[in-house]
Amino acid sequence: MVLPAFLIFIGVIFVPIVWTFVYSLFSGMPGLNFTYTGFSNYIDMWSNKQTLDAIKMNWKYIAFVTPGQVGLGLLVSLMMYFSVKKYKTLARTIVFIPTILPTVAVAQMFAKMYEMVPNYGLINAILDAVGLEKWVQPFLGQSNTAFGALVVMDIWTAIGFYTVIIYGALVDIPSELLEAARIDGASGIKLFTKIVLPMIKTIMITCMVFSFTGTIKLYESATALTKGGPGNATTSMTMNMYQNAFLFDQYGYASAVAILILVQCLLVTFVINRLGKEKY
Amino acid sequence: MGKEKKAKNIFSIVGKIFIVLFLIVEIYPVFWILMSSLKPTQEFNLTPSYALPVKPYFQNYAKAWIQGKMNIYFGNSAIVTIVSLFFIVLLGTTSAFALTKMRWNLRDKVMKIFLSGIMIPTAVVLIPLYSMYHGLGLLNTRLSLILTYIAFGLPLTIFLLRGYLVSLPDDMIEAAVIDGASIYQIFTRIMFPLMKTGIVTVGVIQFYFRWNDLIFSMTFISDTKMKTVQTGLLYFSDMYGNRDWGAIFACIAISVLPTLIIYIFMNKMVIEGMTSGAIKG
Repeated sequence: MVLPAFLIFIGVIFVPIVWTFVYSLFSGMPGLNFTYTGFSNYIDMWSNKQTLDAIKMNWKYIAFVTPGQVGLGLLVSLMMYFSVKKYKTLARTIVFIPTILPTVAVAQMFAKMYEMVPNYGLINAILDAVGLEKWVQPFLGQSNTAFGALVVMDIWTAIGFYTVIIYGALVDIPSELLEAARIDGASGIKLFTKIVLPMIKTIMITCMVFSFTGTIKLYESATALTKGGPGNATTSMTMNMYQNAFLFDQYGYASAVAILILVQCLLVTFVINRLGKEKY
Repeated sequence: MGKEKKAKNIFSIVGKIFIVLFLIVEIYPVFWILMSSLKPTQEFNLTPSYALPVKPYFQNYAKAWIQGKMNIYFGNSAIVTIVSLFFIVLLGTTSAFALTKMRWNLRDKVMKIFLSGIMIPTAVVLIPLYSMYHGLGLLNTRLSLILTYIAFGLPLTIFLLRGYLVSLPDDMIEAAVIDGASIYQIFTRIMFPLMKTGIVTVGVIQFYFRWNDLIFSMTFISDTKMKTVQTGLLYFSDMYGNRDWGAIFACIAISVLPTLIIYIFMNKMVIEGMTSGAIKG
């Protein structure tokens, strides 16, 4: 039974990776004007404004979203650990809900929350009600606010996921350890940096890797919220690859972008894991 | 001592307030969707969007279901998800069994190859898969999605099930072998029942991943009759999203409901499943 599983896996995942790499050495469209051009796609990338913009946007997005997801997850889990006693399970169950919602549905929901025309969406309606009419604006229609809107949405969706994971690690810290530290006079920030943080270090690194591999692949949420717009303000690397492949019919070039995504993904995961092992 | 206790109390109260506010921020939008899906479209012009519906208006659901073609999309999603789930579990359990409990030549190499699949971003396989399915005439078929979902579901499934299997003692298998049981009997009579919890967990994670997929169904399916809930929702909102708010909210609610219902009944399982991939990965 391993054989059919292995064949499907190899056929659908491994063969295509090699295939993508081979495509990336060609230019144009298979069957039409496909010519071998060596590594020129990889060189062209650095003068292609759209791809460069997508790389920049994607990294800016990672810089906000990964610390946002993991950092807020840590904050909420600490709050839950130290101040919620009775309704722990209930809090955990509620916090996790956004994680299970389909990305497209969440994006459509946020699109309606950010809406201004024809009706005020949730956010504009609230701003209007509390007397902040001057802040009412088409959040998804302006490049600076559209980026922020996307970041807020993707942090909102994932906080609960990281809260639950980090909370699980906090619960596993032996309580004698915390007690002993308290008796020695450690409290507040010192207790956190000297005792708690080292104990949850491994799980924090796992969370960073997880968040990173999710954010570098950014596609579904941005596609469903803004379609990459306005202009290219929220176009990620994967979306740039998609456009080149399925809109401009540049399979060769798009494959090179895909390989670039894979390389970045593997490289940064490796670096985060490495850093985690060296410190402390 | 008294002062410290007071500080601790204040911290605890601030923490509680923070958590309550945070929970409201996390859950209110979902409530807002459900409420808005019960408002007739004109009502959005008359009352602010946070207002509750004057009178529940279920017509939106009928519109989303029939005119919005949610009935078709929902059916497609259900078929594709259930069929791939079946094969992921079937192939995943048997492979995990063979890869942990049986001894053969290339075992460790095969395992490594499977596990490396967890890391692969979808972008890297999209173009060749499109060409491949195009060449095989599989575009706009459910089979294209099912095959892709199985392949992407297997690595994590095998990885998690291996975790369950490793902890099961070998003596039981040895005893069964001595009693003359065949390998298939061992698998179906002994291992499969013991793996039950693991299988349910894995099934739940894969349900969420496959039901929520957008990128593959968007790429391989252009025919309206074959679209899944996620692509259908996007398509519907492009066509009518701005004009018919009541119906779009009903569409969103329909796409959210299955995941929400499963979560309500099995939230422990879901949380454990979704996070186990992260912790062990």
